[in-house]
Amino acid sequence: MSVWYALVDLLPFEWAQPGQMYFMKHALLAVLVICPLFGILSTMVVHSRMSFFSDALGHSAFTGMAIGAICGFHEPTWAAVIFAILFALLFNLVKRRSALASDTVIGVFSSTAVALGIFLSTVGGRSFTRFNSLLIGDILSVEPGKIGLLALILLLVLGLWTVSFNQLMLSAVHPALADSRGIRVFWQETVFSMAIAVVVTLSMTWVGLLVINSLLVLPGAAARNAARNMAQYHLFSLLGAVLAGIAGLMTSYYAGGSAGAAITLYLAVWFALTFFVWKK
Amino acid sequence: MRKIKHGKLAAGCADSCCLKLEGLNVQLQGDSILEDVSFHLHCGEIAALIGPNGAGKSTLFRGILGQISYKGSITFSPARGPAIRLDDGPTSGLRPLVGYVPQAPSFDRGDPVSVLDFFTAATAKWPVWLPVPKQYRDRAAACLARVHGEDLLDRPMGGLSGGQLQRVLLALALEPVPHILILDEPLSGVDIEGEHQLLEMLDELRTQYDLSIFLSTHDFATLDQFADKVILLNRRVLKSGPPDEVLSSPEFYETFHLRMGKGGAQ
Repeated sequence: MSVWYALVDLLPFEWAQPGQMYFMKHALLAVLVICPLFGILSTMVVHSRMSFFSDALGHSAFTGMAIGAICGFHEPTWAAVIFAILFALLFNLVKRRSALASDTVIGVFSSTAVALGIFLSTVGGRSFTRFNSLLIGDILSVEPGKIGLLALILLLVLGLWTVSFNQLMLSAVHPALADSRGIRVFWQETVFSMAIAVVVTLSMTWVGLLVINSLLVLPGAAARNAARNMAQYHLFSLLGAVLAGIAGLMTSYYAGGSAGAAITLYLAVWFALTFFVWKK
Repeated sequence: MRKIKHGKLAAGCADSCCLKLEGLNVQLQGDSILEDVSFHLHCGEIAALIGPNGAGKSTLFRGILGQISYKGSITFSPARGPAIRLDDGPTSGLRPLVGYVPQAPSFDRGDPVSVLDFFTAATAKWPVWLPVPKQYRDRAAACLARVHGEDLLDRPMGGLSGGQLQRVLLALALEPVPHILILDEPLSGVDIEGEHQLLEMLDELRTQYDLSIFLSTHDFATLDQFADKVILLNRRVLKSGPPDEVLSSPEFYETFHLRMGKGGAQ
């Protein structure tokens, strides 16, 4: 961390003075880890039309937190991660077995998860308000240990992308063709949705449940306006996510207000920009 | 076009390689989709599969591709060497390669997938979210050249015409060059010009690589121009043989609810 502090101290901002405002320096580093993570995942969320699914995952993550809290875990996040992974697996199994359209299956899962979460967190007359912080999120409260964990996840996602991006893309484009070339479409989709589950759950506390899905949809959607091939697609998505992340954090520092929401608003501007500049 | 006339089913398999389907039965969720389907496909032969919607054409393809379970047997006999059962699994090193050209997928116009991305993703390990190096580019260009499509390399998949998309999928099915090439309704969504180009290309390919080509189609008018054999399928094989024989058979007329006209079967 001391290397990072030394680096940030070179910046000409009032919060970048040596020896103070560590929460802001942590938050900036967290943004630089979380935003690329979402920028990368966003490409395939948009490409495989999973934006509704990732929204449902956010809801299930909250339910996992409630279950974790009820079971008396010190860190309910891990219960939430496990719950979200199971949710993703179960969803993919049901989708494969069912004749229903996938958005219907998602609707079933999403509403069940939300209802379960609300019920469990209010059972016995308890108040829901202790979960309010999850809905908005607070990037300024991030600690170095969590940043390290998120950085590890970023490395894992990069690894997944290096090993199986091609198969994942072909599965999304044409499942039957992918199958005929020996790709196990079901597992590609399941592993990818599990990755989303882990990322959403671990970053929910910092980004906020209400806006987390926009981070999974907007970078890819904006990049899609501009890109003509996969390399450009990833470049624009990453660029949009990181720029919006930094700008959002700064805005939130100087103007007050939630950083997660500010980042989302910048991403929406980025989307509008790409939409009008590159009309296809 | 070159014509290879084969004799009746089961005959003439001695010297050339051959895909044999024997007593194929497929049931999906209790419904019988295919019943007792048997026929042979020879190398260098173009066979057309016709039949009404829901006749089991795609299911038959999926059986040959090994994507569904079936009763009966599918065996491949190379020109030399012993026959191989296809359901013996991928452990058999001699398993024939089956190239598959699916019904053209629908791409959104805005899909940021270039032909090069698509091709590289399907044939190489290089992750296509990184800029594609020259060696893969050259290889994709060479494969596309087989179908006269090298100029399509940097075009987005969503911007291709039906015929162009068909050619890209064909180039992909030919890498590596398969023993059997399956095309699922390659002529639908393609204009007359594109249809002519595609049929010319298939004829070129079977001569050049001596592969069996098996395609499904609803376009009966052109059958006798390119097909060596036509298989009329409606859950079971109702008729198979040379195009003129099948197209004038009572089974054909009955299946498609046509009245018998001049030249019809007796």
